[in-house]
Amino acid sequence: MGIAAISMLLVGCGKATSSTSSSKSSSAALSGKVTAVGSTALQPLAAKAGSQFTSKNSKVNLTVQGGGSGTGLSQVQSGAVSIGDSDIFAEEKAGIKADTLTDHKVAVVGMGPVVNKDAGVKNLKMSQLKQIFTGKITNWKMVGGKDQKIVIINRAQGSGTRATFENAVLKGATAVKSQEQDSNGAVQKIVATTPGAVSYLAFSYFTNKLQALSVDNVTPTDNNVETNKWKIWSYEHMYTKGKPDKATAAFLNYMSSKDVQNSLVKDMGYISIHDMKVTKDAKGVVTNN
Amino acid sequence: MEQTNSEFKQDGAPTSQDWARQLHHATRASREDWFGRGISYLCIGVIILVVASMLWFITSKGMATFTQNHVNLWQFLSGTNWAPDQGHIGALPMIVGSFAVTFAAALVATPFAVGTAIFMTEIAPNKGRKFLQPVIELLVGIPSVVYGFIGLAVVVPFMRHLVGGSGFGIISATFVLFVMVLPTITTMTVDSLRSVPRFYKEASLALGATRWQTVSKVILRAATPGILTAIIFGMARAFGEALAVQMVIGNAAVMPKNLISPAATLTSQLTTGIGDTIDGTLPSNALWSLALILLLMSLFFNALVRLIAKRGQLSHER
Repeated sequence: MGIAAISMLLVGCGKATSSTSSSKSSSAALSGKVTAVGSTALQPLAAKAGSQFTSKNSKVNLTVQGGGSGTGLSQVQSGAVSIGDSDIFAEEKAGIKADTLTDHKVAVVGMGPVVNKDAGVKNLKMSQLKQIFTGKITNWKMVGGKDQKIVIINRAQGSGTRATFENAVLKGATAVKSQEQDSNGAVQKIVATTPGAVSYLAFSYFTNKLQALSVDNVTPTDNNVETNKWKIWSYEHMYTKGKPDKATAAFLNYMSSKDVQNSLVKDMGYISIHDMKVTKDAKGVVTNN
Repeated sequence: MEQTNSEFKQDGAPTSQDWARQLHHATRASREDWFGRGISYLCIGVIILVVASMLWFITSKGMATFTQNHVNLWQFLSGTNWAPDQGHIGALPMIVGSFAVTFAAALVATPFAVGTAIFMTEIAPNKGRKFLQPVIELLVGIPSVVYGFIGLAVVVPFMRHLVGGSGFGIISATFVLFVMVLPTITTMTVDSLRSVPRFYKEASLALGATRWQTVSKVILRAATPGILTAIIFGMARAFGEALAVQMVIGNAAVMPKNLISPAATLTSQLTTGIGDTIDGTLPSNALWSLALILLLMSLFFNALVRLIAKRGQLSHER
């Protein structure tokens, strides 16, 4: 029993926790407990949509937590939570039996390389970007910038954002060992203040304190993601184990409804799944819709 | 006693049966005694259960790297390539990083801590108690995330201007940890200086030693075991500190080449990686193995403290 308690404690040590539970009374028949755990990239959207959902279905007790995509996938696989939030396909993660999980894509996130403003670079070729992250290009002047040493800021190994970036840019090559940070927020702050720093961020974390790069003269915009002209993007997944219960299914429906997709998703810097003109599968193969 | 007497009076003259009953039955006092003892046994039992299950949990999880994934223990301890996703588990960069920041922080903090402690006990005990004590206690109470935040906002840019590079690295971590372990070492050193018997000082002064000679030759010497214990407690805190270090060290799992290049510690690797691993896979087990090293190290620090305390006691009695 002590062990169970400890493992629960350890699970509870996820990064950020926000919960929304209902208290208003309504005549809604829908009730139950829904817990969504995982990706910190999806967490703000899920939490906001969750609180809107519970204000309409007050008998549903819905909790949204962070913890990382890996945590989300392993928790939903073990049946500890009803929804596992992930930035990557379950198939991409070793140790996850993807065929036991059902994928619900709820949004699309575009990601792009960002550099410190002093680097003096605004556009890179995809091949240059690859050479930077594999350690072959080490100074910005080699790609037309200032004489400034390149400082690579990576995300932690196993992070969904890093996996997406490496799939699209490195294509199987191994990244050079470098600094690792465990969140978009930390990367944003460090790239903005460290001369010569380069990293990658979800579009919603772009600010005017850092320089977002174009790649092969394609600008990182939602429109370019929708047509796959911009290659670095991923789905935000909500995985369930087998058939979801009624409350969970209703919440997943709500997430893909026009209510959420056309307003909340866009307001919070994500891209609606309804706007995508292409489909990407777990192997990274993109087909036109 | 009173109670037994009153019971006798109620019954009138005691018969032999009464005597037997009185002797065979528990009084209220002894029932209270059992109750109190039962409660403390229960508390101890719960604590032992928690500690034992934690030890078991971390050990079994940490050993899985070697038993399930068949990683060679020596490779784990001496390998320098840390890429769990690709199956490379070399923990030496983190082990070196942890020890480097720990020793560096202790090395820098000790002179300051001992100096402060001497000031507070020997040079100006009144000012020390009124002014410095609250300051030191305040430093203990500041959460480590605040130290990390200050480190990220102030120390890292400062180091960047001072020595170049990105500013992230062992030297920034050392600086942050120095402030964090300073109060630990100071307060414990103050305690050990205060516990030096008064007659040592009196005898020294009576023999004509100056105040500084007394402090440096007699009091510091007599308090050495206590000061060593203080340093080890400080090192244990530095070794186990995760958040503040993670924010300023840069988290690059490479062998630290110098003090200003990004490095990683056991704790920073744990906090950075734990959310992205899947239970039961190699990357997750490898992190548990790092946790196991941390646990063993804290046991080692505890054992060292006990050893020093024992030695100190012996020399005192001589």
